[in-house]
Amino acid sequence: MLGFQLLNGLTFAALLFVVASGFTLVFGLLRIVNLAHGALYLLGGYVAYEVGGRSGSFALGVVAAMLAVALAGLALDRGLLRFVKGQDLRQVLLTVGVGLVLNDLFLVVWGGDAFTVPTPEALQGAAVVMGVFYPKYRLFVLLAGVTIFVLLWLVMNRTRYGALIRAGVDDAEMLSATGVDQGRLFVITFMLGSALAGLGGAMGGAFLSLYPGADAEILVFSLAVVIIGGRGSLEGAAIGALLIGLLNTFGQVWFPELSYFVVFGPMALLLAFRPYGLFGRAA
Amino acid sequence: MVLAGLLALAGMPLLLPSYQLGIASEILIFSVLAMSVNLLAGYAGRTPLCHGAIFGTSTYVVIIAAAAGVPVWAACLLGVAAAGGLSVVFGIIAVRTSGVYFLLLTLALGLIIWGICLRWTGVTGGENGLRGDLRQGWLADPRRLYWLILGVGAVLTFAMWRLVRSPFGLTLRAIKDSPSRMAALGHNVPAHLLAAFVASGLFAGAAGALYALFNDFVSPTTVALPQSVEGLLMAIVGGVGSILGGLVGAFVLIALEQFVSAYTERWLSVLGLTAIAIMLFAPQGLLGLLKRKST
Repeated sequence: MLGFQLLNGLTFAALLFVVASGFTLVFGLLRIVNLAHGALYLLGGYVAYEVGGRSGSFALGVVAAMLAVALAGLALDRGLLRFVKGQDLRQVLLTVGVGLVLNDLFLVVWGGDAFTVPTPEALQGAAVVMGVFYPKYRLFVLLAGVTIFVLLWLVMNRTRYGALIRAGVDDAEMLSATGVDQGRLFVITFMLGSALAGLGGAMGGAFLSLYPGADAEILVFSLAVVIIGGRGSLEGAAIGALLIGLLNTFGQVWFPELSYFVVFGPMALLLAFRPYGLFGRAA
Repeated sequence: MVLAGLLALAGMPLLLPSYQLGIASEILIFSVLAMSVNLLAGYAGRTPLCHGAIFGTSTYVVIIAAAAGVPVWAACLLGVAAAGGLSVVFGIIAVRTSGVYFLLLTLALGLIIWGICLRWTGVTGGENGLRGDLRQGWLADPRRLYWLILGVGAVLTFAMWRLVRSPFGLTLRAIKDSPSRMAALGHNVPAHLLAAFVASGLFAGAAGALYALFNDFVSPTTVALPQSVEGLLMAIVGGVGSILGGLVGAFVLIALEQFVSAYTERWLSVLGLTAIAIMLFAPQGLLGLLKRKST
């Protein structure tokens, strides 16, 4: 039983990491708090549901979700956020507005019913891990989460693009003074962050189901992850996701109705001591 | 002028049919919420996105307490006290940050309240919400309720107006302009911000208690993010840093909501588009827009 819950917590943490890593990248480099991130997650889920369901290919659904949401991110950045550049409060409220509109549009298109992204046959059924029967698909989510972490870590620490991002997170002004084309860097990062939200939607849509309000739920958890981990920190997001994922799972088992207190109590406590999170600094 | 306005507002029940009177009551309640947001956003330079949650917590507490047999007036005081207590917790966590981080933290804290109201079904009724039984006896008449809301709202507005003009309010504004300078001058910046946060939360809680009397029903929608966004938008539309602007903002947004609802059910889309439009074209609010046009 304990092993089963532990795996539940870890797989949820993997999903949270994927969603929150996109959020923290954008927040860290562009200083944009994208509160439409939850809506982008849900958009990814719905696209994966439609494309995956019609083509019968889960992989195609995932790719379509990432592409579609990356394009949505591009439209959001170039179409709207560009006009309020550098004014962070206006940006945030703008993305809140976009989130509300998207949410309402989803309700028009997909209604109030819950959908589940269909999974391929190879990932259906259960496997035996650590002596417990566990759904294969959730193991796949765990594996995907770890893979994404490794890939992002390599990009951030071993490539020129990653070095630029880290420099931008630390000191955006200094980076632009060195002659780096920040515009392109920002657009790519915004698209990457959005694509991660889309990927999360496709992954999560297959075991958490998609419904109006799912965006707000995932947004609360992602915000908590980023707040705990600190702005722009990949490692912070990983630790935050593990903490929130495990607390949420065990909280739901032990105190079903009060699980939110279990999840967010420790976050509040941490913030009392480190207001900018584990690895964060003031923006 | 204020007196004339107040008299005009007090005369409304004699002119308006009951449906429009309900809308007028709603405008008054939400203008108090908008003003409480403005207290922080306009005077302390901290823009919060949790006031819908504080407001709604008070509404929940009033309805739950009244259902448990507490007299209605005492339930309202309990609601305001709960909002105050919640603000102390939120404030302690949030006031050490500023700008967009403050917004992010208060947003997350507000969303937690929403999650709790949604999941703690034994107490909050979950998604179905709770129906109250508050509108009995004296309160059953919508006109008396309107006058009560107007009276309480006027007192609260006056209190906030005095507060921002007091030495405390001036200190807040100086902190907004330069926290480091005020700290260097020996002012306890976090304590001032916390006090402002709690005061703002108490006013939002009072608005929430009035809303409990008015609506007699509460559900997670009351504490959800759109509520906080609406409160903040009303403050912005009316002009950040102008207490009475809250009344203008509440009037504009609720009138818009009523107008739109007659044609479509897509109020959230309209609210979102309004937020986008205001951020793009009129971040200083409608009054700010007029001022800019005239100069």
